[in-house]
Amino acid sequence: MSTYFLKRLLMIVPTLLLVTVTVFVVMRLVPGDPVAMMLGDIDNPELVRQMREELRLDEPIPVQYVDWFRRVITLDFGESIVTGEPVFDTMLSRLGVTAQVVFISVALAAILAIVFGTLAAWRQNRASDLAITMLAVGSMSVPAFWVGIALIIVFGIKLQWLPTVGYVSPLDDLSESLQFMVLPVTALVVAETGALLRMVRSTTLDVLRMDYITAARARGLGERTVLFRHALPNTLIPTVTLVGFALGSLLGGAAVIETVFTLPGLGRLLVESVYARDYVMVQGVMIFVAAIYVIVNLLVDMLYPLLDPRVRLRA
Amino acid sequence: MKLQANALVGLSGIGLVLVVALVGTLASPYGALETDFLNRFAAPSASHWFGTDEYGRDVFARVAAGSFVTLRVSLAAVALAVAAGALIGATSAYFGGWLDRCAMVVVDSIMAFPGLLLVLGIMAALGPNESGVVFALAIAYTPPITRVVRSAVYATREKEYVVASRIIGNGELTTLFRHVLPNCITPVIVISTSVFTAAVLSETALSFLGLGVPPPAPSWGSMLADSRNYLGLNPWIAVFPGIAITVTLLSINLIGDALRDRFDLRMSALEKPA
Repeated sequence: MSTYFLKRLLMIVPTLLLVTVTVFVVMRLVPGDPVAMMLGDIDNPELVRQMREELRLDEPIPVQYVDWFRRVITLDFGESIVTGEPVFDTMLSRLGVTAQVVFISVALAAILAIVFGTLAAWRQNRASDLAITMLAVGSMSVPAFWVGIALIIVFGIKLQWLPTVGYVSPLDDLSESLQFMVLPVTALVVAETGALLRMVRSTTLDVLRMDYITAARARGLGERTVLFRHALPNTLIPTVTLVGFALGSLLGGAAVIETVFTLPGLGRLLVESVYARDYVMVQGVMIFVAAIYVIVNLLVDMLYPLLDPRVRLRA
Repeated sequence: MKLQANALVGLSGIGLVLVVALVGTLASPYGALETDFLNRFAAPSASHWFGTDEYGRDVFARVAAGSFVTLRVSLAAVALAVAAGALIGATSAYFGGWLDRCAMVVVDSIMAFPGLLLVLGIMAALGPNESGVVFALAIAYTPPITRVVRSAVYATREKEYVVASRIIGNGELTTLFRHVLPNCITPVIVISTSVFTAAVLSETALSFLGLGVPPPAPSWGSMLADSRNYLGLNPWIAVFPGIAITVTLLSINLIGDALRDRFDLRMSALEKPA
């Protein structure tokens, strides 16, 4: 059991290494001289030389990478070109907002997907299944940012029930914070549940076709017991894997929903840094979010032995 | 039965989008960039079917012109990704060894970035422009296609007819491109439709963020972004581009489902990559 954990833990090392290499390569795509880009219109040869020195741009590229990597590994992502603040501190201060929205949304989407996906599989090809599958395709086809705008029009502007833009930390005022969360979370749940639900449905269908389910029914067990005690545990692993992917894709796409509702999260930070050509911040956020994604997937994999004893035995 | 219904609805949806695109660009009396300050924020009417925006521009003409931007960018990105993915996936699976390992390292390092993250990073480096968007999306979608092609080629390369092709003296490349690849086409078609919906979604998201095809070119995403400032004055501006995106995505999803049922394939983890 502990060998499984250890092996899985070691596997993230090369992945994280590749993440830093990719970010390094992408940042080298910037056309022209990075120093000239950073300084903009300032024409000062002394300053240019100083910055080239500081960024070690005159060294060979592999040396530049190793040098940069040494600092990244100690969580030193440099300072923002725009504000001068340390990149890591800025990212940490923005992480909470994104984490709050993303985790609440994914948790709600997963619950809805498991309940209705199992139901749809159980009632395969009946009216309720067709209705649920149709809603799921609809959910996969609406972009979250459009749902967000529609929610703002209806609940923010027409009915004036809920605040539409802004953010209050739950540590300051829990009930107000939740009010600000309602619309962004709803938008994400509407757009994200569909894909998850379809996966739950199709894995449940596969499981329901298995012999041990027929055997359970033959023994005279009730449908509820068959569904929840026998089928559900075996559909959980693929579902949990997908929830991990959904968490990741929301983290990576947080920019869009945070822009709709003006939430000061990591995604918004990334987009603002892109506008401001703050490349130091952009590469910091890319590594940070990718690392969170890798760690979330690690945690998901660590759940497997708890959900499925066979994984434990194999390891 | 249900399968044909899916395909039919999907194809008519795409047809509807194309008809709107053609009518709006060829038969509309208004241009997508034509301003009319006396008619700002007009509600939908007989003269302006979808109303007008903050510059008095005809929203119908803009939605129509926007469909060409979105479809052009997404199609180009998917075509590039399929070409690159087929080439890399097929050669790496067929020849194996260090080539395969190198290709998989690159694929894994791109797939370690969730959702739009890598695309946003590439757009940050390149600046907003149309070929940049195509390039960024193609980079992001090559890995999933590479993986699908690779596993299909793995499954095919030891089949009798492939061995036979080698025995009768065909070169390795001839065998790969004439005999192995054509038999891997169905999973590629299915994954391509999934990737196409992801590309449409990403293109609109990028232009919503102002990092896609730059203005004044009308695009669905940037129309939605602009509408946010005027939701109180004229919510119609936000309604029609959104419907256009949803109809497009729904149609491709339905066509994809029909293909998947037809070929009896499931691409579990890739249903909605963006």
